[in-house]
Amino acid sequence: MADLPKTPLLDELESGPFPSFVSEIKRAAEKNDMSKDLLGQLEQSYREKIGHWKHGGIVGVMGYGGGVIGRYSDLPKEWPNISHFHTMRINHPSGWFYTSKSLREICNIWEKHGSGLTNMHGSTGDIILLGTTTDHLEPVFEELGKIDFDIGGSGSDLRTPSCCCGQARCEWACYDTMALTYDLTMHYQDELHRPAFPYKFKFKMSGCPNDCVASIARSDMSIIGTWRDSIQIDQDAVREYADKGMDIRSDVIGNCPAKCMDFDGKELHIENSYCVRCMHCINVMPKALRPGKDKGATVLLGSKAPIVEGAMLSSVLIPFWKLEPPYSDLKEIVDNIWDVWCEDGKARERVGEFIQRVGLGNFLDAIGLEPVAEMVAHPRENPYVFYEDYFEEGDEEEEEKG
Amino acid sequence: MADVQERRTDFGPPHYEQFLPPIIKENYGKWKYHEILKPGVMVHVSETGDKLFTIRAASPRLVCIDKIRDYCDLADKYCDGYLRFTSRHNVEFLLTKHENIEPLVADLKKLGHPIGGMGNSITSIVHTQGWVHCHSAATDASGIVKSVMDDLSEYFENMKLPGKLRIALACCLNMCGAVHCSDIAILGIHRRPPRTDHTRVKAMCEIPSVSASCPTAAIRPATVDGRASVEVIEERCMYCANCFTVCPAMPMADPLNDGVSIWIGGKVSNARSEPTFSKLAIPFIPNNPPRWPEVTQAVRGLVELWASNANKYERMGEWINRIGWPKFFRMSGIEFQKEHIDDFKHAGLTYKRSTHLTF
Repeated sequence: MADLPKTPLLDELESGPFPSFVSEIKRAAEKNDMSKDLLGQLEQSYREKIGHWKHGGIVGVMGYGGGVIGRYSDLPKEWPNISHFHTMRINHPSGWFYTSKSLREICNIWEKHGSGLTNMHGSTGDIILLGTTTDHLEPVFEELGKIDFDIGGSGSDLRTPSCCCGQARCEWACYDTMALTYDLTMHYQDELHRPAFPYKFKFKMSGCPNDCVASIARSDMSIIGTWRDSIQIDQDAVREYADKGMDIRSDVIGNCPAKCMDFDGKELHIENSYCVRCMHCINVMPKALRPGKDKGATVLLGSKAPIVEGAMLSSVLIPFWKLEPPYSDLKEIVDNIWDVWCEDGKARERVGEFIQRVGLGNFLDAIGLEPVAEMVAHPRENPYVFYEDYFEEGDEEEEEKG
Repeated sequence: MADVQERRTDFGPPHYEQFLPPIIKENYGKWKYHEILKPGVMVHVSETGDKLFTIRAASPRLVCIDKIRDYCDLADKYCDGYLRFTSRHNVEFLLTKHENIEPLVADLKKLGHPIGGMGNSITSIVHTQGWVHCHSAATDASGIVKSVMDDLSEYFENMKLPGKLRIALACCLNMCGAVHCSDIAILGIHRRPPRTDHTRVKAMCEIPSVSASCPTAAIRPATVDGRASVEVIEERCMYCANCFTVCPAMPMADPLNDGVSIWIGGKVSNARSEPTFSKLAIPFIPNNPPRWPEVTQAVRGLVELWASNANKYERMGEWINRIGWPKFFRMSGIEFQKEHIDDFKHAGLTYKRSTHLTF
């Protein structure tokens, strides 16, 4: 401990009830010089109110174009042990389930080859191994490969797909999110490892409309579980909630956006053809209500953060699909979308921005999908309608003759 | 080159099934309902009658390998070695034995990891790298997160709020954390146009790409001191830093002008109301490390204003939609300024286009 850099500012972040990242870095620094220098440079950032990392460079493992983020300190003389401090993104298992054995193996590799610091997990979902030098990238990849962990995505490629825990530990999952995530990840390994898109592309799988992985806000393709038939009701359990003091009229029915529910004190009635599958009633009465039995997912397209043309939420592409293996319909539409976007998308243009530029109608034509009313919040409000053809004098007669 | 040919690539992540505890394998897709037994502890009950207990503990996201080994020790001791992480960086332990709950909770507390983040609570903050590891950060991430959660930890550990409250932090507009649909989003912002290093533009950057990268067309090719470079029309720049992303010779970070903005009322869940973006509440708070007291105070103020005024289940944005933004500004004491008015694409859709006003 004696030779850790002095960090009076960071030390203030070691007190308080929440676990401290500074304590984590210090713990790593006790046996790792990279973490020690990271502590020193971070203290300097806190003093100067500015970051000290240079723009990333191109580094990676052989044959892969993504998954490693080159990172260099702009103070290499002061903090030589982090002059090179690259991040490796490791594709996590679906649902972030682990055994202690597998995590210990990853820790052992990272103890030998890196800073000893990680993020569990990065925003996209990968295991983030924070900080190593170029000469360690290949050995890490090789050793991770021996325990079957591969590298994730970065740059203009398919980013590591991620999902909620789905049917593994949730009664609301309307499709097998973990299976689909694994299937898509394996099917699109080339796209994941070799950037060839105009910009990044993300899949996120949520089992129900509560959307625990925020797929509608941050994935180019958001696949959100839903159902078509009636909410399953256990009337005895409904009465039990009422008996235990739940005000079903205000807490449940009063919050129903579709106003499709009624409770007469004994039975809960739901007019399912008006239900918008919002999940509120199911969320507050999980013992009494469950999604229906005819389950599947809504597929939405286009969400992203602000850069470049403004933030977007995904919008409906497929109102309902059953989504069962081998997911051929889904893969066909994904391939069509990528073909069109790769052909006509501009550099750093996400698919949502591309659709805004060319128009959803034209985009649907290009990918071979018929428009349906579920795709829009409402029909257009302006009369600036494009038609591809118009009649010339005499056309009508020609048609009649034909 | 033989090695290269034999090299195993594109094998993907390990199959998740090997990481699932037997109780999950046996009840996969058969879960019937769940109940939160107390903050941070829930039980899932299967159609078969099996019960799975989950204990959720806070984590700083940035964890050292020895901390992961601590988690593993606890998983070995109480959970046959099975554990998982959540989409908001919490660690979860999966138990089949009810009697193991309290000892595990006690061990986690000893380790300094509070239990909670379930139900009507504030769970861990989704966040980015900040000064720890990012080149484009306008603020630090982990330090603000630690400070805000220290201040709000009571709300992590209890379930007394009207509804869920999700906080996220991104240290620049790239928003690796996709914070833009959060009840409270803390967003690092720059406020000064890039300072172009004309000696390096030609060598380091592709000039047409740099011009094209600007969403407000503020950048055009120019010859400066005889060198091919770009010029920035400063009054058009809104500091998004997309140019810096494509051109390292246009740095944005600036201690005097960088800081934090606070956005509120977004959500991703479809429950009750549709998913929606967060809206600007506080345009700018200067960086004040190590504990950003002005930020923690502002966040606490917003949480408490919502908590004491919202109806049951009402998220921050649902509450504000009901009372209207003018009333929110009156109640919060936040001054409405020019910066609150949108002036990017589709700004007109954000103007008030009715007489539905409160007084």
